[in-house]
Amino acid sequence: MLLITCPWCGVREEHEFACGGEAHIVRPLDSHTLDDAEWADYVFMRRNPKGVQYERWVHNDGCRRWFNMARHTVSHEILAIYKVGEPKPEFEG
Amino acid sequence: MTKYSLLSLVRNAGRGHRDWREAWRSPEPKPSYDALIIGGGGHGLATAYYLASEHGLTNIAVLEKGWIGGGNTGRNTTIIRSNYLEDASSRLYDHAVDLWEGLSRELNFNVMFSQRGVMNLAHNEHDVRELRRRVHANQLNGVDAEWLWRDEVQAFCPVLNCDPAARYPILGATLQRRAGVARHDAVAWGYARGADRRGVDVVENCEVTGFIIRNGEVRGVETTRGEIRAPKIGVVTAGHSSVMATMAGLRLPIESHPLQALVSEPIKPILDTVVMSNAVHVYVSQSDKGELVIGAGADLYNSYAQRGSFPVIEETVRALVELFPFTSRLSMLRSWGGIVDICPDASPIISKTPVRGLYFNCGWGTGGFKATPGSGWVFAHTMARDEPHSLNAPFTIERFHSGALVAEHGAAAVAH
Repeated sequence: MLLITCPWCGVREEHEFACGGEAHIVRPLDSHTLDDAEWADYVFMRRNPKGVQYERWVHNDGCRRWFNMARHTVSHEILAIYKVGEPKPEFEG
Repeated sequence: MTKYSLLSLVRNAGRGHRDWREAWRSPEPKPSYDALIIGGGGHGLATAYYLASEHGLTNIAVLEKGWIGGGNTGRNTTIIRSNYLEDASSRLYDHAVDLWEGLSRELNFNVMFSQRGVMNLAHNEHDVRELRRRVHANQLNGVDAEWLWRDEVQAFCPVLNCDPAARYPILGATLQRRAGVARHDAVAWGYARGADRRGVDVVENCEVTGFIIRNGEVRGVETTRGEIRAPKIGVVTAGHSSVMATMAGLRLPIESHPLQALVSEPIKPILDTVVMSNAVHVYVSQSDKGELVIGAGADLYNSYAQRGSFPVIEETVRALVELFPFTSRLSMLRSWGGIVDICPDASPIISKTPVRGLYFNCGWGTGGFKATPGSGWVFAHTMARDEPHSLNAPFTIERFHSGALVAEHGAAAVAH
C-alpha cells in the first residue's frame, strides 16, 4: 500500500488515487509535419523504465486534481511529488 | 535422454528412484550460435523447441537470467482458452489450443492439459450483450463457444451463487468447453527438455546486459557470462521487454504492471471448471492438489517489483466470497505477483524490428500462458524465415503506426 501525499489534501492511501501514466509527454507543436511513425511515438511509445519513473496521478476520491510524482518502479519509493507545471526533479537511475 | 514411459517409471521405481537423469543439460554458453533466444520462460523455450523441430535450427541457445520457468511461466493462473473477439486473435489463440491438445504426446512430458471448460460470467445487461456478441463472433470463426443463461450456469457450476438477489447477480455466461488449464511448470520443463534433446543449449543464470549492433544489424549480445555472437536474436522477456528494447535503441508501446494471484488451502474437489468474471474481477479454478487458484487484477501503476498492492487482493477476495459463499472461511496460503507487459490494444507484438536480425515477442499482457505453444510456433517461423507467419502477420510493431490495432480489452479479461 502506497501512502501518497496529495499536494492539496495531504497524506492519503493509494486506493484514493489513480495513476495516469508517464508524465512530461509533450504534444508536438508541428503536428502537420509528422509522419505516422512519429505520431505513433507520441501516442503509443513509452519509456517504461526499470528505475525512476516520472508519472501523473489524480486524487480521484479526494480533490480530483492532477499532480506529478517521481517514483522508483522496483522499490516503489516515492522520491518526489510536484505540481503540474513545476520543473521535473532529476534523480539517478 | 530417457524416454518417459510406464516402463521407465516401473524400472526407476524398482531402483528406488535414484537413477533419474536431469531433464536437460547445464551447458557453458558457446562463443557463437546460429540464433539466440533471450528469456527462458514458456514462450522462449517453445520458440527454441520449434526452431529446432520445425525449422532444423539446432545450433541455438536460450539465455535465461534466472532459472527456467521462474518468471511469469511459474506465476500465472494456468488458464487456456481462445474465445477472443477479433478474427486475427481468434486464429492465433485457437491455433495454440490445437497445439495444446497434442502437447503432452509431442513433448513426451505430461503438461496435465485438462479441458474442463472456461466460463465468463455476465452480471448486467451490458455484459450479456458484449459476451453474446463475442460468442457469435467465436462461432463465426469456428471457435468453440456457447451461451448459458442463469439456470444453465447454475446446473453447470452448482457452487456459484446464482441467487437473483446476490450482490453480483449472474444473468448468464459464455462457456468454452474446449478451454481449461495445464500445469504451468511442466510446460516450461517439457519444452526445455524437448529443446535440449534436439541440441539446443538452455543456459540459465546468464543475463543479457547489452546488444552488439553494427550498421543496423544485430551481431550478438553481451552477457554476465561473456559475449555471445549470433545473426538472429529473439527477445521473449515479457515484463522486461522495454528494458531490452531500450538496450537495442528501440521504443515499445508497452507498460509493465504487476498482476497478482493467490491460492487457498487445499480442499476436497468442489470446482471442476474455470470461472472468470470481468466485471467484479476474479477468476478461479481448483488445482489437482485441491487449492483454489485465484487470479486478481493488475495494479494500475508501472512496476518491476514482482509484488502487487494489497487493495487489489482485497477487492478480488471480496468478489470471490460473493460469487462462491463457501469460500468465506477458507484460508489463503500465499499470494504473489508477476510483471506483465501490456500493450495499448491488449494484443501481443510478435514482430521483426527496425534492427535486422532482431525480433521481439512481447506484449502478451495478462494472458500469455494460454498462447505458449502457438506463440513459440509462430515466432520460430518468423525468426527462421525472416517473415511472419500469416497467423502473426497482424501483430507487428508497425500496427501502432498504421492504426490497425487488434483491440481485445474485453476478451483479455483483466481490466487494464
